Amino acid sequence: MLWLCLYLPDLALEIFTRGVPATDPLVVVYGNGRNRRVALCNAAARRRGIQPDMGLNAAHALAGSLQVCERDGESERAALDRLAAWAGQFTSVVSQMPPQVLLLEVAGSCRLFGGLEQLREAVSQGVSELGYCVSLAVAPTPLAALWLAHAGCEICVTRQTTLAAVLAPLSFACLGLTAKQGETLHGMGVHTIGECLRLPRDGLARRMGPELIHVLDRALGRIPDPRPAFVAPSGFASSLPLPGAVSAVEGLLFPLRRLLIELEGFLRARDAGARSLTLSLHHTAVGATRVGLELATPSRDAAYLAMLLRERLERVALSAPVEEVSLRAADPCPLALHSLDFFVPAHAAEEALIERLRARLGRDAVRGLCQVAEHRPERAWTYAEPGGDATTRGGSGRRLSQRSACASRGAGDRNRPLWLLHEPMLLEMRDEHPYLDGVLVLGREWERIESGWWDGQDVARDYFIARSEQGMRLWVYRELAGEYRWFLHGVFG
Amino acid sequence: MSLQDLIQGAEVWRASAASPFAPGVPSGFPQLDALLPGGGWPSGTITEILIPCLGIGELQLFLPALARLSHGNRWLTFIAPPHIPYAPALAAAQVDLSRVLLVHPRATIDGLWAVEQSLRAGTCGAVLAWPAAADVRALRRLQLAAEAGRSWGVLFRPGQTAVAGSSAALRLQLVPTPGGIDVYILKRRGGWPVGPVSLDLRLNHAVAMPVSAGSCA
Repeated sequence: MLWLCLYLPDLALEIFTRGVPATDPLVVVYGNGRNRRVALCNAAARRRGIQPDMGLNAAHALAGSLQVCERDGESERAALDRLAAWAGQFTSVVSQMPPQVLLLEVAGSCRLFGGLEQLREAVSQGVSELGYCVSLAVAPTPLAALWLAHAGCEICVTRQTTLAAVLAPLSFACLGLTAKQGETLHGMGVHTIGECLRLPRDGLARRMGPELIHVLDRALGRIPDPRPAFVAPSGFASSLPLPGAVSAVEGLLFPLRRLLIELEGFLRARDAGARSLTLSLHHTAVGATRVGLELATPSRDAAYLAMLLRERLERVALSAPVEEVSLRAADPCPLALHSLDFFVPAHAAEEALIERLRARLGRDAVRGLCQVAEHRPERAWTYAEPGGDATTRGGSGRRLSQRSACASRGAGDRNRPLWLLHEPMLLEMRDEHPYLDGVLVLGREWERIESGWWDGQDVARDYFIARSEQGMRLWVYRELAGEYRWFLHGVFG
Repeated sequence: MSLQDLIQGAEVWRASAASPFAPGVPSGFPQLDALLPGGGWPSGTITEILIPCLGIGELQLFLPALARLSHGNRWLTFIAPPHIPYAPALAAAQVDLSRVLLVHPRATIDGLWAVEQSLRAGTCGAVLAWPAAADVRALRRLQLAAEAGRSWGVLFRPGQTAVAGSSAALRLQLVPTPGGIDVYILKRRGGWPVGPVSLDLRLNHAVAMPVSAGSCA
């Protein structure tokens, strides 16, 4: 077993500050009434001289424009949960020690990430991209890893035999003793774990209780130390408060990116992709603006999703400043994997263009074409999903695959115009001739199309190729019933 | 400094000694290919087509090239087409419909954006666009996008814009004739304006173009 411990010293502060790179002094306070004290403060506050455990009034005196956030245990817990779900991409065994510790069992996944050092680097980089400060340590037992990380010793200990020597210089404060026990040890002249270990076991047990021996044994791996595994929720939901409310869309991109990296880790952990995302922008006073994103193919790439959401956001008018951003991906679905091809450019890039155009222009603005086996010209085609697989069902005719379309290509198709009008246009008549900015000269040949009596949409028309005075070649028809009107139906582009 | 010195110092670029152009996409009309730089439609650039009105065979001029490009694995993108590109006619000209992408932007600015994105993405073999309006700056952007994405952009614009300058690499003006069209090359790389080239676009000709029989199987 090899445990990677993530100790997040500033978690209580970072849940407020990771959405906006804060430049104003900000403190997180605990306690109530008059006895409110600073729990943590950001760098700007520290520069003004504010320190943890300082009274809030003293802090106000040091910094005029001080932002104050109440310590929020629930949000810290939720943030730790999401971080655990994100860390699932590195190992299947993630264990939490609230309020600010994650333990990852990484012995099994070192190889996959190219070695322990690379894995540690990947975790460290990922956590800082999420906006957290972290202290990382690796040890064969969870407690040893925790003590090392807590003490700020960012080292990798892989062998159990060296563990006692590595832990020896650490203060016994990490043992979690009561004040009385601490005093006793202090009185005995014991300050470090190494000095604790040098004492005779039975004597130490008699003086300090068996608990201490138990803890030391677990830390050194002499007895097992099972840890409960974290189970991630089935759907993704995360939110980020923005302390200084944001009123421009550009200001949302940074927190959005953090949320998307969280989502990417979550999805990677379950080898899934998101098909639909909902971004909610919570306003100070009035409700929330919701931005939905539907994807044709599931994806989890944070940069790609950020690009698509950016296109959507640029079209959103913010009615009020945004106080909180939340992201939701309800139903992760399995990701179809594409193998890398040396010669052919990735298939995903083709899809990416469609997604990008759709994100800005709307889903129905980007479509493909397909042929339908039908004699009525206006029904001989339909819109389709780009790339060939049809999703819309239109027309009574049979869709032609490309192959059969090629095979059945008859002479009739050759006389079709390249442009078809959305609706046939009624032509004016002058001297019994159809007229469009000049008299139309009709060709000698015509084609009769009579079809569709079975569905009540029957047509009976004689189609001609006409030439206008400007030199346009037009596809016009005359009704074979009723008023024998003339219509323009297509243009030979 | 004499003229010879300048030429020998490679400080003056001579059109006649220009490096050979990347081979273009054969247009299907040999007499036109002979005049186009690279022997065909130049990919990685913008081609601007000036037409007096729709329906003079402006799309037929490109059908052989489109058919050829559609059998690659890149999109043929139609942006803001004035009417519906008619699927049976395209299929009859051997265009693979599964590679056709239709984009209908609502606003002019969205149209230019879509053209730029499609050109830049590098996944479009050809981008045919009917922009409602495009100024010189917009054209310059599109030209750069086409170079970046190695895509061939074709802009169809009304004939009266011929007087305005353009950064398109190739500019053609089309004039209808009884049997087809006259093509005037207003601007091309490595050459001066020429024209007209008379092309016969009568139906039989346009369909009987060289596309290998195996390509649609």
